[in-house]
Amino acid sequence: MYSYDIVVIGGGPAGLAAALSAREEGAERVLILEREKELGGILNQCIHNGFGLHTFHEELTGPEYAARFIGRVREQKIECMLETTVIGLSKEKEITAMNREQGLFHIKAKAVVLAMGCRERPRGALSIPGYRPAGIFSAGTAQRFVNIEGKMPGKEVVILGSGDIGLIMARRMTLEGAKVKVVAELMPYSGGLKRNIVQCLNDYNIPLKLSHTVVGIDGKERVCGVTLAQVDDNKKPIPGTEEYISCDTLLLSVGLIPENELSLEAGVPMDRITQGPIVNEHLETGISGIFACGNVLHVHDLVDFVSEEAKNAGRYAAHYIKAVKKEQTEEIVIRGGRGVRYTVPQKFQIENGEETLLIRFRVDNVYKDKVLGIFADDREIRHIKKRMLAPGEMEEVRIKREELLALKGCKELVLALE
Amino acid sequence: MYDVAVIGAGVVGCAIARELSRYERSVVVLERASDVCEGTSKANSGIVHAGFDAIPKSMKARMNVSGNEKMEQLSKELDIPFRRNGSMVICMEESGRTKLEQLYEYGQENGVKGLRLLTGDQARELESGISKNVIAALYAPSGGIVCPFELTIALAENANVNGVDFFFDTEVTGIEKTEGGYLVQTSTENYTAKYVINAAGVYADKIHHMVSKTPMEIVARKGEYCLYDKQIGTMVDSTIFQLPTKNGKGVLVTPTIHGNLLLGPTATDIEDKEGIDTTADGFAAIMEKAALSLDTVPRGQIITSFAGLRAHSVKDDFIIGEATDAEGFFDVAGIESPGLTSAPAIGEYVAELLQRKDPAAQKHTFISKREGIPHMSELSEEEKQAWIQKDSSYAAVVCRCEMVTEGEILNAIHRPLGAKTIDGIKRRTRAGMGRCQAGFCTPKTMELLAREWNIKIEDVVKSGRNSHVLL
Amino acid sequence: MSQNMEHVSEQTELICIGCPMGCLMMAVKNNGELSVQGNTCPRGAEYAKKELTNPCRMVTSSVPVVNGETARVSVKTKGEIPKEKIMECMKKIHALLAEAPVEIGDIICADIAGTGVDLVATKAVAVLK
Repeated sequence: MYSYDIVVIGGGPAGLAAALSAREEGAERVLILEREKELGGILNQCIHNGFGLHTFHEELTGPEYAARFIGRVREQKIECMLETTVIGLSKEKEITAMNREQGLFHIKAKAVVLAMGCRERPRGALSIPGYRPAGIFSAGTAQRFVNIEGKMPGKEVVILGSGDIGLIMARRMTLEGAKVKVVAELMPYSGGLKRNIVQCLNDYNIPLKLSHTVVGIDGKERVCGVTLAQVDDNKKPIPGTEEYISCDTLLLSVGLIPENELSLEAGVPMDRITQGPIVNEHLETGISGIFACGNVLHVHDLVDFVSEEAKNAGRYAAHYIKAVKKEQTEEIVIRGGRGVRYTVPQKFQIENGEETLLIRFRVDNVYKDKVLGIFADDREIRHIKKRMLAPGEMEEVRIKREELLALKGCKELVLALE
Repeated sequence: MYDVAVIGAGVVGCAIARELSRYERSVVVLERASDVCEGTSKANSGIVHAGFDAIPKSMKARMNVSGNEKMEQLSKELDIPFRRNGSMVICMEESGRTKLEQLYEYGQENGVKGLRLLTGDQARELESGISKNVIAALYAPSGGIVCPFELTIALAENANVNGVDFFFDTEVTGIEKTEGGYLVQTSTENYTAKYVINAAGVYADKIHHMVSKTPMEIVARKGEYCLYDKQIGTMVDSTIFQLPTKNGKGVLVTPTIHGNLLLGPTATDIEDKEGIDTTADGFAAIMEKAALSLDTVPRGQIITSFAGLRAHSVKDDFIIGEATDAEGFFDVAGIESPGLTSAPAIGEYVAELLQRKDPAAQKHTFISKREGIPHMSELSEEEKQAWIQKDSSYAAVVCRCEMVTEGEILNAIHRPLGAKTIDGIKRRTRAGMGRCQAGFCTPKTMELLAREWNIKIEDVVKSGRNSHVLL
Repeated sequence: MSQNMEHVSEQTELICIGCPMGCLMMAVKNNGELSVQGNTCPRGAEYAKKELTNPCRMVTSSVPVVNGETARVSVKTKGEIPKEKIMECMKKIHALLAEAPVEIGDIICADIAGTGVDLVATKAVAVLK
């Protein structure tokens, strides 16, 4: 049995930032467990630019962004076990892992940071009718083939879903010589960043069909076409709008799901909406000493925010093991009201020694010129004008200590659109 | 020249091949797909039926009850998972009671052991997840569940170890009567055999008519299914049937042997014998019908939908025997449900038919036992350690959803009739069967297939010859 | 195009790609003078002006590596290149081969496709042991 102060599960952007800040906050024995051969996680295959504006005030590619953190992890001599898969986690913070060198082994941690990231929703989750031939990929799998292996998953491509990975892959496949015929999006708006619509679709004249979905997949061995149809307000296909598009490849970019198998095994209470752990303002889950950050907690839009959140998680984990513990006071629930799908954290304590409370949330639709209200029970404590709100973008509010102190005795804090 | 040529490497063809391999006979199995278990056998409910719904004295009744009895022993010999989870037929209307009682009578006559008629409350006591509208039920403790892939693959591997040759990507295109038997023409080479066994599933009528003028019609009856994530649990422990209709056993709700919840199948007769596409109507029908059985049908968490084709004979019974106008040509046709259950009994029966026709000596060297691929996810820590100590690749996880290691994948490639395709790996190891549906493990699995078979990664296919993943 | 440019006011709607905010901007050309509205920062106006005169993009891709720990190395154009040069640039990239070791920032191809911009590595690749 190995023993560490803090074990970080996952060596992607979240895990790297968490481990670094834990070390910077004075944690001695910090360990990163990573299942792949190298650190960096999904950033290694995100070779496009657009990362790091918040963190480094310059635009980097995914590998460059990762390298900055990996360099610091090396400098700090933080231990990493690569090609190591965690197969078990208990609420006592005992980890079971496997790798080729050590076989199966156990690690006892004083604190654990969950940083396992997320995975893509597969076709099955959508119940798209049709055959099940080769040529159907999640956008991320295709990205890996193209960018890491240098292999082409197809030549004539239809993409379902206009999330950022879908948009990025539309451009990437085009640059590599494929013909991307159309990007179809179920919703009446794109789930991706606006800049990606411009530079990934418009630049290459790739049509984006909003309120459209795939209603049939043709091809018994390899995809040979898909049928698109327009959908109504209830997202049901409208008969008569079907259009057959011949293609050899269907890429799916239909959402990401936090990868919480280990959290569930440990018995961490989960949020039904985020599909990640319920956490307090210290990013601590329902199990004392187990923290969560990055896409395993909730799916982020920008890696910069992952790094920022993970930095906090690492810091709080370091505080936890040093037993810098505040008094337990009553917990106030934070939740989304009208128009707000979820908040992270989902609860907090007033007397927590923090200067500000950072709340991240997402809205459930596209809104223009709206007012976001923050309510303490029924009393409105803040009124924020928002020019533009979209489900694809993560929003945040910060509440100062003075404001928090005025909330004593309140039961819940609600974020809602007015 | 072979003694016997078996056409079709589904569960029936493989069961027959294994039984024939007990004797001093040379046997060849010809399969048009790239692997075993690629047709009807790959897309079904995985149920080991008790045998109460087959009409007494029918071939289905005989084979079902006998196959069910054999399954336990067979699963031990072949090292495959099998569990008697019990089957329950639920009745929700007064008018259904007569039908339920008839099933009970059939079951008694067919020799099904332990059958019990239950009140609605008794049924809910056994299965708390079933509908409040259930007023009566028939319970059969001998009903079970099995993995159809593992059963078929294990039968084939064991037959192969005992000397049976398998040729894949080999489609039978014609059969000619010759002096001492038959000339079987295929898309690759021609084979000669004294006896031919037609286990060609939905194409059994086509094969039959290559040598016989007697009528046979096999209809492809499509069944669609939905499979749920293991995370939601199985909702029920036994297999829940509704009262059967003329189109079969209706939509069932069952746990799979691996702990997923499975709903289906629908039943639609279709023209295209390759028509294994799922449909929006089929999906809606499953949801609607499953809602009758369950208290609540889970929403979301479906990880995949699929469809299979039953080989339905218009005669509504298994057709097993020598064709009347083609000596030495044996049909094993119309093997729809309970075909998976019946396969071990059909194998034995066909071997007996051949023994009667042309006795052969028992093979002294017959090996009845097979060692399966270790499934790391199901082993204790000590067992895992033992495998890792033998081979460290059992510590390298490839499929994170189902926790399948490189060692298991290499094992699947290098064993008898080893996997050559991505689906072949999937059915042998479960890599790619989990909630991400192969998103993460596909590139790694392809790399291993390319390396071990010494082919280019571009030449790795999903299942069929033309199902290339990279273009 | 109108002959009387100086008397025409032209409006173009643009989404800024300068950062993830994606500001919706209106570029108005009045008597040859370009004014930009809707941008949140000066980079937006700059982008709009460039986009209407000489649109440029950064290109990213990957190149095979000989003797490397990984099979490929990711690359980018060190700065933006004219949009119409993107495909030519890709053609050049497809013919490239890098050799390990590679460090971040190493020039993989100088002055790619005559753009005056270098193609550089965005990832370090060590020599295969």
